[in-house]
Amino acid sequence: MKNKFIYLSALALVFAGCEPEFENELGNGSYSAGDADFSSYVAVGNSLTAGYMDGTVSRIEQGYSFPNIMAQQFATVGGGEFTQPSFEDDVNNYGGLLLGGNQISSTRLIIDASAGGPEPITGVPTVEVSNLQATAYNNMGVPGAKSFHLLAPGYGNVAGVATGQANPYYVRHATSPTATVLGDAMTKAPTFFTNWIGNNDVLSFATSGGVGENQLGNLDPSTYGANDITDPTVFAATYSQIITTLTSSGAKGVVATVPDVTSIPFFTTVPYDPITASLLGDGDEAVGKATIQALNAQLYGPMVQALGAFGAPTRMSILSESGDNPLLIVDETLTDLSTELTLALTAAGFPEAQAELLGTVFGKVRQTTASDLVLLSTRSVIGTAPAGIPAPFDRLGITYPLQDEHVLTVSEVSMLAEATAAFNQAIIGIAGQSDLAVADMNAIMAQLTIGLETADGQVYNADYFSTATISTVLFSLDGVHPNARGYAIIANEILKVINNHYNAKLPLVNAGGYPSATVLATN
Amino acid sequence: MSKEYNNEELTYFMTMRKLLFLTIAALTASSAFAGGYRVSLQGQKQLAMGHTGVAVVNSAEVLFFNPSGMAFLEKRFNVSVGANALFARTKFQNETYNWKSSTSNFGTPFNVYASYKVNDVLSLGIAVYTPYGSKVEWDDDWQGSHLVNNINLNAKYVQPSISLKLNDKFSIGGGPIYVNGQVEFNRNITRSLTNEEGQRSDLTIDASNVSAWGWTAGFMFKPVDDFIIGFNYRSEITMEARDGDAVFGDLPGFAQGLYSNTTFNADLPLPAEVTVGMSYKVSDKWLVAFDYNRAYWHVYEALVVSFANDTPTSVNPRNYKDASTYRLGTQFTPNEKFTFRAGWYFDESPVQDGYFAPETPRNDSMGFTGGLTYQLNKRFGIDFSFLYLHFDEVDNSYDHYSEGTQNDVSFGGTYKNVVFSPGVGITYGF
Repeated sequence: MKNKFIYLSALALVFAGCEPEFENELGNGSYSAGDADFSSYVAVGNSLTAGYMDGTVSRIEQGYSFPNIMAQQFATVGGGEFTQPSFEDDVNNYGGLLLGGNQISSTRLIIDASAGGPEPITGVPTVEVSNLQATAYNNMGVPGAKSFHLLAPGYGNVAGVATGQANPYYVRHATSPTATVLGDAMTKAPTFFTNWIGNNDVLSFATSGGVGENQLGNLDPSTYGANDITDPTVFAATYSQIITTLTSSGAKGVVATVPDVTSIPFFTTVPYDPITASLLGDGDEAVGKATIQALNAQLYGPMVQALGAFGAPTRMSILSESGDNPLLIVDETLTDLSTELTLALTAAGFPEAQAELLGTVFGKVRQTTASDLVLLSTRSVIGTAPAGIPAPFDRLGITYPLQDEHVLTVSEVSMLAEATAAFNQAIIGIAGQSDLAVADMNAIMAQLTIGLETADGQVYNADYFSTATISTVLFSLDGVHPNARGYAIIANEILKVINNHYNAKLPLVNAGGYPSATVLATN
Repeated sequence: MSKEYNNEELTYFMTMRKLLFLTIAALTASSAFAGGYRVSLQGQKQLAMGHTGVAVVNSAEVLFFNPSGMAFLEKRFNVSVGANALFARTKFQNETYNWKSSTSNFGTPFNVYASYKVNDVLSLGIAVYTPYGSKVEWDDDWQGSHLVNNINLNAKYVQPSISLKLNDKFSIGGGPIYVNGQVEFNRNITRSLTNEEGQRSDLTIDASNVSAWGWTAGFMFKPVDDFIIGFNYRSEITMEARDGDAVFGDLPGFAQGLYSNTTFNADLPLPAEVTVGMSYKVSDKWLVAFDYNRAYWHVYEALVVSFANDTPTSVNPRNYKDASTYRLGTQFTPNEKFTFRAGWYFDESPVQDGYFAPETPRNDSMGFTGGLTYQLNKRFGIDFSFLYLHFDEVDNSYDHYSEGTQNDVSFGGTYKNVVFSPGVGITYGF
């Protein structure tokens, strides 16, 4: 009897210790590095590599940089430690930057649920640029860097920040004032690298609304302004030098192409034709319709007539009371009709001063078309009063034209498209010479415009944040950079490229579990 | 017009609360009760015989298997009391993402049966048993936490029974069933929502003392002395959880206005079950039995949870199918002191492909059972049983989770279950 109890107890213990086991238990042996060696992974690039989102780099969000996400997967197949520039001094996780105690960039964007829109989180940054780390990190993504900046000595010299010669983010960790980003990267002796550079060679022009110059044909980047488009020849030569350096000790890697601006919500969120009766009437349609009638009688009508008389009838048409109406913009490529307009308006009975003002202001004005891209940052200025302009011409976009910095006009868009295409051709060509893998981020981001389906069945797109898509939005509140979830998508796409090109088997990343915007009850 | 946002956008943000409310609320409580977690541990003797019993007259355990069999019990008064130690373990892995998680749980289903033969025709009895239950505790915030973090469901059945022996060959029996149950369930609200500290926002729903009524009825037919045919039906019972507590945890500040703790209603069907079977006494010492169960799980189409406040009703497809179980059992009685038993069964899962939710990660299984009775004297015996439930590892997923978009999101991987349950009981009769 007693024995039986013992046997049964023993039996129970055996089964209690009986764990379910898989035929192929997942372990590090389930994955492989293929032909690649991830023991020293170095990421070179700009803000997209740095984990920049919501308009800044912040301590917690930096952990969601795509190289950091990938490094965690590399760890299953012998990946080494992956270090990122220290943001330990971002104690409140507000991001932003101080230089000598003065704030030089804003805190991270959040949604204030009580007010509605995105705004910088209230508070003072604690990240001091002049607190120098003088350390090379595995993540050498430098927000704001253009291709040629990676090779530029002095780009990390704190003395150059104020004059725009240096980059505050790189200053924080440059190993010396004369170090280069690429040089610092090479001190990590990369066995594997990602290089995603070139975005800012077009993007800064785009986000500035095209106020810069297209430097096509100018081969001296030291003469470029901050918002200029880099010459493709300069880009290709720079890119080639970067790749030659990175591969000089036999490192393998992935290069990423530059996405077209039309796949970024900063340029696609605000419609070209947001003017409606409801908008003008502040929600009251009747008031709005009366406003439109008045605008047509006082401004649009006479203007359409005058422009028609001078052979430019397509520049403007009268406003529709029932439909969506385009915005007024200055288009620098148009023939200046200031003098003609002033004369015509005077003849039409406008007071002389007003006719002169209108003529001057409207000399190169037209209405937007579907081919123009209104910047996300322009949304908040539509309808506001430009300085020193009297009523009724004090409504930007409606009775006063939006300026160059507010809109990417069709000609600017095509300049960007040409440069982007040339850059990507260079990237793919140079990568091919070194048999590097190419993550065609241009093609991948373009998929977002029609919907990119992940393995779990979710379909993601390139829309800007909305509360309805809080669980699926990929872009951060700055409208240019991905959020954590978006970086997870990017990491996943690059991992797939690595698996394919280097015969590796790396675990993928599921973006669905990554966060999006910070929404606060109040700010 | 001189405001920071244009009118369209203002309208847009003004509807923010509403939109957010709808979006997230639609995601709350996607699943509450376990379904398909029928726990077949309703008696030590019968469990040891593959949980057959609709046509076996062994002990008061027959009250569960087929109450009409009471009338054929030899003794005037029969009591069987038993309990099991249920060890259920599940491992999960997903090779694509290198995900791993596991759950290891312990439960103690029990049963009490008593019958009394009033006269040659009439027998009365009472049965208390726990045929449904589920306890799963995944690692908190694991990759499937938007579906379930943990669940604890159980239902106690109390069944007064009557049996009439119409003649020496035929008896009928049945009785009402009173069910009292409770459920506690926790899951994260979405795959990514957290509070300001990065802790995942979650929802717990908790309903206890949920009661319902059902019934059971059956007959037993002995065409010849050594052969019994049995039939039993147990009705569908709908557990109507009313005014259970719905409690949100770790919500971000902005969502606290949208989600206030509230109460919920939900219905959980416990399906009707038909059992037919036979037993044959091969010799004085040797009996074999076969049971066939059919559980009408199709009634579990969706879990619908409605909230007392404005949180919209949540509809979560389950789409269970009717499922069969095939049971074989045998018992061998070499002498008056010992009876040895063994059995086998094949248990079909009601869960269909694409509806494999980690709250009930159960696929088809095969049960191997054994046990013995040691009869201390004519009145008193001790029963031992064990069950080992074998599951093949299975690749499956739940494809019907919505994040507020048109496309449902799939969550799945490879699951492997192991269930083991030793049990002990006593039988007393005179």
